[in-house]
Amino acid sequence: MSVDEGMASQAAPRERSFWTADTSVRSWLLTRDHKRIGILFLVGTSLSLALGGLFALLLRLELLTPDRTIMGPTTYNKLFTQHGVVMVWMFMIPAIPGIFGNFMLPIMIGARDVAFPTLNLASFWVYVLGAVVTLTALAAGGVDTGWTFYVPYSATSLSAVGWTVTGVFILGISTIMSAINFIVTTHTLRVQGLGWMQLPLFVWAIYGTAIIQVVATPVLGLSLLLVGLDHGFKLGIFDPQYGGDPIFYQHLFWFYSHPAVYIMILPGFGVISEVVSSFSHNPPVSYRLIVYSTFGISFVGFLTWGHHMFVSGMSTFDAGIFGLLSMFVAIFSAIKVFAWTMTLRGGAISLTTPLLYFFGFMFLFVFGGMTGVAVASESLDVHWHDTYFVVAHFHFVMVGGTLTAFLAALHYWFPKMTGRRYPERLGIASSSLVVLGFFFTFMPQFLLGNAGMPRRYYSYPEAYQWLNVLSTGGASVLACGLLLTLSYLCVACVRGAPAGDNPWGSRCFEWRVASPPPKHNFTELPDFERGAYAYAEEGGLP
Amino acid sequence: MNELFRRLLMLPPQASSVARDVDTLHFALISVSVLGWLGVLSASIWFVVRGRRTGENGAPRGLRKFPSWLEPAVIGALLSGFVGVWLIGHAQYVHIQTPPRESLDVYVVAKQWMWSFAYEDGTASQHDLFVPARRPVRLLITSRDVVHSFFVPAFRIKQDAVPGRMTVAWFRATQPGSYPLLCTEYCGLSHSRMRGRVIALEPAHFEGWRRRFIDRDRPELSAISAGVGRARGATDDLASQGERVASERGCTRCHTIDGTPHLGPSWAGLYRSQVALQDGRRITADDAYLTRSMMDPLHELRVGFQAIMPSYLGELSAAETGALVAFIHSLERAPSAPRRAPLPYPSTTPVVVPAQRAPGKPGDSASPQLEVETIPTPATERP
Repeated sequence: MSVDEGMASQAAPRERSFWTADTSVRSWLLTRDHKRIGILFLVGTSLSLALGGLFALLLRLELLTPDRTIMGPTTYNKLFTQHGVVMVWMFMIPAIPGIFGNFMLPIMIGARDVAFPTLNLASFWVYVLGAVVTLTALAAGGVDTGWTFYVPYSATSLSAVGWTVTGVFILGISTIMSAINFIVTTHTLRVQGLGWMQLPLFVWAIYGTAIIQVVATPVLGLSLLLVGLDHGFKLGIFDPQYGGDPIFYQHLFWFYSHPAVYIMILPGFGVISEVVSSFSHNPPVSYRLIVYSTFGISFVGFLTWGHHMFVSGMSTFDAGIFGLLSMFVAIFSAIKVFAWTMTLRGGAISLTTPLLYFFGFMFLFVFGGMTGVAVASESLDVHWHDTYFVVAHFHFVMVGGTLTAFLAALHYWFPKMTGRRYPERLGIASSSLVVLGFFFTFMPQFLLGNAGMPRRYYSYPEAYQWLNVLSTGGASVLACGLLLTLSYLCVACVRGAPAGDNPWGSRCFEWRVASPPPKHNFTELPDFERGAYAYAEEGGLP
Repeated sequence: MNELFRRLLMLPPQASSVARDVDTLHFALISVSVLGWLGVLSASIWFVVRGRRTGENGAPRGLRKFPSWLEPAVIGALLSGFVGVWLIGHAQYVHIQTPPRESLDVYVVAKQWMWSFAYEDGTASQHDLFVPARRPVRLLITSRDVVHSFFVPAFRIKQDAVPGRMTVAWFRATQPGSYPLLCTEYCGLSHSRMRGRVIALEPAHFEGWRRRFIDRDRPELSAISAGVGRARGATDDLASQGERVASERGCTRCHTIDGTPHLGPSWAGLYRSQVALQDGRRITADDAYLTRSMMDPLHELRVGFQAIMPSYLGELSAAETGALVAFIHSLERAPSAPRRAPLPYPSTTPVVVPAQRAPGKPGDSASPQLEVETIPTPATERP
């Protein structure tokens, strides 16, 4: 593999990297090396991102005009459902843990691999199986229920509900497999002397995420299984036609899907903590508070699901409790935001693409988070529930947060994974395109929601058109930015300049092994004595 | 100030008793959010600018300790701020969810894809909810099929319609007018077309509307309820009764009468034409077929159309069914030159009451033309 050529220029004979240790196709497809599995996840989730993005562009094209533009309502309804299903379960949830969690977590704790390498490989292939089943449902006519599968619509819909929920069920199994691996690895394979409060923040984030995944995902699997049975066999768990209760489904679904929001964003938080520290050459301000708020979010995140149901006929007492608990999640997130901002203070800052994505993250996520406080306020949610305001809010958090964190991670760890540099100027250009394109895609949607445009609307009153046109324009800019990123990263994989082991001058543990790492990560255990954020200590920057 | 913010944030008019208060909290929260957002961003930029300048020698400027009271202070400030917002929001929510005692009850039934309303005295309407202004109205909401959601943006209220359950909402419209009513819970193919209006009338006019509605043998009254004004003195033959029924019952939301293809087959030239069914048969669209299609629409589905029409069995009276067939018959030789289909959602401008339509022009019943301030006062119209 040509990726390794960069290493040839280095004087000392080095162990072959994990890329070139074994080059047969079989050695890739059946690999139990956590780094290669990370690369496989990178390919899989990037394809999903491209597919989900294509669906999104088609939706935005359709919404250019108030009535039919390029497709009928049936196709539109299927497309927004598939967009949600692909983006949530095939990209957002597996992306950062699957790629960077797999690649970095063992190295960061001084392990040669995860605790269960075979289970790790299985989690990838189960992911592929789940993705294939979910996408065959598309070929079998698609599904038109929305990614939330609300009963009784999903129980009576004539579309391929059974196939799709089976696919999502399988994807959930893959998630649980990965999560178990991360939890056990963090508990048992830390290098001797590496205490919990010395772990890099990214490890904490992946660990916190894994706990949510293990606890919440089975509830989703169960609920979707029951929806499938309701749909296929008229079981009547949720469908009132047969004595079921649709509100019961909403409780079960959001009991998973609200924590799932944190499954999607917590790994992003971990990336952001690493990036801001590495590029300001400062230890994170209040490591302790960042760790505590990660767990605050994991725990309180389980108790806020009812805020998705303020207008479903919930009692005012229940709504009050869910509303109050939702505010606590906001506090934990705000603590992190302040900690990241203060980490920049007094730092020696190198303005590179990952740091630009960090600013993109702060720019978008902070606004998304604050509008989250707005929709969590019960009386405001009555107006905004199920309008475009909510669409804009969760895209600000999920795309503005998770996607920018994903891109930050991709650039930050690109030299680690490939041993090469990406072109910095193109990186800066594309990150500006992504952040601006994103802003113009979703900012108009806040106003649409204020004006009262409900979500999942195929046709809309003409007064809303100019905002929709603006949004579609922004989406095209965003797509250009992502395509540019994809193309220069592919080229840089092969032709990028050699990066050296630690091009950013980071002190975090993963930069103390060779870039790209050899097959078993290291022959001699690197120094874990000096802390991952020991920027104040003697020795200057490497 | 209120009006400036409202226009800036593109919120609809504040037409209910709670809208103003909800908006005030909204404005306060958005302002604080934007300020906090700018604060975080400008602090980051300031740190970067300084860090760039001093970081040239490659070493950090040195890590200054933060005072120990900073952490608890920040947490305390955040906690009290967010809990404060919650308190106000919760108090407002309790108010929005608790109907006053002396309210007028309206039973709301949602189904794919229409709203129907019934009052305790037997008055009923579809798509358009008529209410008296300045009086609290309590809605008892349910659904006949899937989950829908009753949303009037101008009132800032929303409540899900859940099959098998009854949910409650209330509002008090502050002034007469017509306000869009939308479905906000995704309910399938025509979700985005499931729109209606809340028409708030002066209390005296509302009483007039209700009395006239009960008195069904006086056609100009139901004309108002249908949102289609009719010229007084026009002959009230069976076909024009059918036209009125088509509008009242929402048939024209899916079926056009000018040959334009829409969600359902157009009625223009349909009568006694040969139609192809999805089971491969060809059939003549005679009176019997048309009647069967209203009562069991999925049984003999036409090629090229989705299985979306609900059954009207038990919904339409025999007289209404006969009138509809007569109306479709009258369109046998209707001009089938397709025009652009009128958009079937209501105008967003505040409208008071349906205006009158010139007689003998059967093209526009799908989208009632509405004008401001043409209130037919019930007292003067009574013979």
